[in-house]
Amino acid sequence: MEALRGLTIAAAAGEVVALVGPSGCGKTTALGIVAGLDHDFDGSVTVGPRPDGGAARLGYVFQEPRLLPWRTVRQNLALALPRPQRKGPAVDAMLAALDLTALADRFPTQLSLGMARRVALARAFVVEPDLLLMDEPFVSLDEPTALKLRALLVGLLDRRPATVLLVTHNLREALALADRLLLLAPSPGRVVAEVPVAIPRADRDDAAIEALRGALLARPEPAFRLLA
Amino acid sequence: MRRVLLPILSVLLLLALWQGAAWMVGGRLLPGPLAVADALVREAERGALFHHMGITLLRVLAAFALAMSIGVGLGVPMGRSATLDRLFGPWLVFFLNLPALVVIVLAYVWFGLTEAAAIGAVAVNKIPNTVVLVRAGARSIDEGLVEMARVYRLTPAERLRHVLLPQLTPTIAAAARSGLALIWKIVLVVELLGRSDGVGFQINLLFQMFDVAGILAYTVAFVAVVQLLEYGILQPVERHCLRWRRLPADA
Repeated sequence: MEALRGLTIAAAAGEVVALVGPSGCGKTTALGIVAGLDHDFDGSVTVGPRPDGGAARLGYVFQEPRLLPWRTVRQNLALALPRPQRKGPAVDAMLAALDLTALADRFPTQLSLGMARRVALARAFVVEPDLLLMDEPFVSLDEPTALKLRALLVGLLDRRPATVLLVTHNLREALALADRLLLLAPSPGRVVAEVPVAIPRADRDDAAIEALRGALLARPEPAFRLLA
Repeated sequence: MRRVLLPILSVLLLLALWQGAAWMVGGRLLPGPLAVADALVREAERGALFHHMGITLLRVLAAFALAMSIGVGLGVPMGRSATLDRLFGPWLVFFLNLPALVVIVLAYVWFGLTEAAAIGAVAVNKIPNTVVLVRAGARSIDEGLVEMARVYRLTPAERLRHVLLPQLTPTIAAAARSGLALIWKIVLVVELLGRSDGVGFQINLLFQMFDVAGILAYTVAFVAVVQLLEYGILQPVERHCLRWRRLPADA
């Protein structure tokens, strides 16, 4: 079965690109290919080298938190780091930044879904990723919790920019976070429209996001009808 | 109260049945619990009990360690790779159906009446069973966590330690428990056939002297030791490895 065809995604360093589309349009497959988890494709993935010449570091926030249930929150973060850095201050600093210090010695089975997602976010950022892949990172959370996590993500990106590929079916979420939206259509998955978001992230309040969303939904081209 | 009382009652009932049967059969053919206890004390006093039990226990532990490490080492890759499973699955069927006695006799014929042949033969009897259990466990590994480990570049050794083995703990514990029970029984057979010490050797000697009390004394002592290993080592280790499961959710 062909999940994707002719899909081209280019993201500049530090750019946040949202892949938006209905379920089944291959968004998760695309992330798996970029992450090197899925090798069953024709085409190429190029992740540019770091400014210092080293290999690019990858962070991945999966659709489920995917924490190791038998390791504490702190150990889950530490294991994402290369061995020499595990004992260093990075883990505790990241826990503090996301307000997780009190939960550092808990096991994931003791956390709510919102807290587990927060830990997954911390794990993705503790590696100081150059490329951050996020697959519906805030799905199935109540709206206040999702909002809080989105705000945390914006704060983290402000402090340490990363190139982000964000997969979501939530148009408001995409408009709140991304510099550019790629609209995908299903079977086979492909990009049908590209929407830059010109307003700086910090200025996107509810009213601004609603206005952008209304404008997109009012577009007459077929690509935008998938959003409704 | 009932949790403590009923097992005690159960043991007492078994002893009573034994004593009743001993009275009915009578004599040397089936000695009662007291006669067996007497034989136990006698064997302990002359030091034979501890000597032979100690030797047998060492063989059990060596064969156990060998069977578990090789069984896990083969079972994990076979559960993770369909190719390996198809390639070596038929071998597994062959070894699963190989009678213990055949393995023991062949080991002694090929490698002589040596300690290594004895322990190796016991391990070979248990390995296929461990492989089957561990393979089943490895097939149901959470692929999401494996992907996570690949993304965050955990080394193969780290993946084994932090991702695979914790998920296999219940399987490995089950294999260890059934393995211990199987191995000590087979160790007695290799001792009977080709060693000059150990509980199996001693039982053969007592058999030739028609000393049923002595045979039962060694049996009871060894069952007690194996139970001690189960409750004293296996279960605490398993509880420690699975402690994350029992924590209350409170966040």
